Amino acid sequence: MAYEGVFDALGLRAWCDAAGDNAPLSMADLLASTGAENGGGGVPFPSLDVLHEACPQIAQTRDVTAALEDGFLAMRPELKLVLDPVTQPLSWMLDSALWFFTSVPWWVLLPALIYLAWAVSRSRGVTLFVALSFLGLGVIDHLEVALETLSIIFVCTSISVVLGVPIGIAMSRSKAVQRGILPVLDLLQTLPTFVYLIPLIFLFSVTESKLYGIAIILYAIVPVIRLTDLGIRLVDRDVIEAADAFGMSQRQKLWKVQLPLALPNIMAGVNQTIMMSLAMVVIASLVSAPGLGVLVLRGIRNLELGVGLVAGIGIVLLAVILDRTSKAALARVDRAGKAE
Amino acid sequence: MSMPKIALRGLYKIFGPDDAAMMAHIRAGMGKTELLEQHKHVLGLQDISVDMQPGEITVVMGLSGSGKSTLIRHLNRLIEPTAGEILLDGEDVTALGPDALRQLRQKRMSMVFQKFALLPHRTVLQNAATALEVQGVDRPTREAEAQKWLKRVGLDGYEGRYPAQLSGGMQQRVGIARALTSNADIMLMDEAFSALDPLIRTDMQNLLLELQVELQKTIVFITHDLDEALKLADHLVILKDGAVVQQGEPQGILLAPADPYIEDFVRDINRARVLRVRSVMEPVQDRSCAGDVDPDDTLEALIARSGGETSLCYRVVKNGEILGQIDMRDLVRALVPRGVTGTH
Repeated sequence: MAYEGVFDALGLRAWCDAAGDNAPLSMADLLASTGAENGGGGVPFPSLDVLHEACPQIAQTRDVTAALEDGFLAMRPELKLVLDPVTQPLSWMLDSALWFFTSVPWWVLLPALIYLAWAVSRSRGVTLFVALSFLGLGVIDHLEVALETLSIIFVCTSISVVLGVPIGIAMSRSKAVQRGILPVLDLLQTLPTFVYLIPLIFLFSVTESKLYGIAIILYAIVPVIRLTDLGIRLVDRDVIEAADAFGMSQRQKLWKVQLPLALPNIMAGVNQTIMMSLAMVVIASLVSAPGLGVLVLRGIRNLELGVGLVAGIGIVLLAVILDRTSKAALARVDRAGKAE
Repeated sequence: MSMPKIALRGLYKIFGPDDAAMMAHIRAGMGKTELLEQHKHVLGLQDISVDMQPGEITVVMGLSGSGKSTLIRHLNRLIEPTAGEILLDGEDVTALGPDALRQLRQKRMSMVFQKFALLPHRTVLQNAATALEVQGVDRPTREAEAQKWLKRVGLDGYEGRYPAQLSGGMQQRVGIARALTSNADIMLMDEAFSALDPLIRTDMQNLLLELQVELQKTIVFITHDLDEALKLADHLVILKDGAVVQQGEPQGILLAPADPYIEDFVRDINRARVLRVRSVMEPVQDRSCAGDVDPDDTLEALIARSGGETSLCYRVVKNGEILGQIDMRDLVRALVPRGVTGTH
């Protein structure tokens, strides 16, 4: 074959043959033995599989993926030992939120949610829209699943904000921290959402709620971190200088100047975080997250067009509710900052 | 002479990553341009020594880039000096630790900014009370104090407004009230009136002088406007390229500019309005005069009084004591800046 001569010329023949080819038959071997030619003609690309054929000492590509898997599985007990207790509260929170949203009677829960929309947005239009949406979902028997989705979003968004804002503050304080965290955020934003799920499934059991909770938080926490960092960095330098000139401590500066002035940006981040957790909660139904996503999945799996579409429209409604409400709150904060 | 409130001794500031090492080059006589070319460091201030007397307005004047804003930020160490001493009542500010420094900024020095730098999310009253809030004074006390000073600067009735609802002049009044509320006896004013319209600026200058008669604060005032500097200054410091070119009483600088740079500067000034009788008067001679004048009258006032007649002379009298006399011809001669020749 093509590369055998190379190993001979390098004087590595003896080393190569010392291994002896006792690996099981690979797909490439199978194809070769059936006489299939894998294109290109002449010299094939020196991939691991091709080189392995010339010299059995060289690993095959499947050994690489296998090694990765083995390594991960070897680390798993230790990782679980640390991650399990740390993330356990997340399971409890998700489960109790789900229990709360599904067991409180609708005639208590719905008015409470509509009042919450009013309290946050102070806008009649938005509140009316929220009320009508819930009514619509209720009429077509989708209220309970929609509330399940909503409960997951509430929990995951709250945790994202609680973790994300301090991380954003830390980034705004130090260039080094920012340089360290930015690539992680880029990674979280560019990784296809399904890829998050793969290591998580290995780490946790699919029956645990924290599995999808972690996936959603990892995906949704990015905007609130970024916009907190940006918001604090954008605070007028003159105002910061004045705060220093009047002898404010770091803490006073943070609470009295930086956070209030960064609030519009932070709120914009929270809005984005809510929308991204809604996007992820649908995908997370692949790993047993309850809610509207399950129905969408059923629509795809069983080719039940109607079920999938209705659930999809339900998700759009939820998205619009959450977006309008949080945008109205943002606008209110903005107005307060500019004082009319 | 009494002890200066603030004394700067051989103050240097070099901007760049390795400023301390650059001091050796500067001490060896390297200039600003060579330092920038050979070592990529910027010489911000060089060998500044200024005494600022208690109860006086010290005006630091210079064009943009002369280092005046850098200089004022050294007084409360918003910028750290590279070398030199900053003595406040004889105590070296550069030696203070972080806590002592914050104490100093809270209690002993307040600051007024060119762009006002008010907190946009707080009302005028809350803004004015900032300094006391930082010190941990309880709310009723600090708001009463802020209220008092807002009233004093003419903002009675605006307590509940937000800064964005006020005009520039009013915002700067809030800035001044905020500085006064801290009860610090030193007030740093960084181009405090430069962003205001000319008429409002004159108003604010008058307000400051009026407050100063009453409060006797030690004020350090930065400006690029010579008219403003001459109007406010008890002691005038002129900066150029980070170095003091001349300092002293404004009248003295006007009559005897130390170098061509300052001569250029003072050429366009309305000298009749700035110069005072005491700066031009001469010892009493045996001559009968047309009347008595006060040493602090401006020459402009005296010209108006004489009706333009140049043959007269006036006795300069203060508290019944004859200090000297002023000949109208000397007066007219003093109006011509040095370096202007008679022929065209």
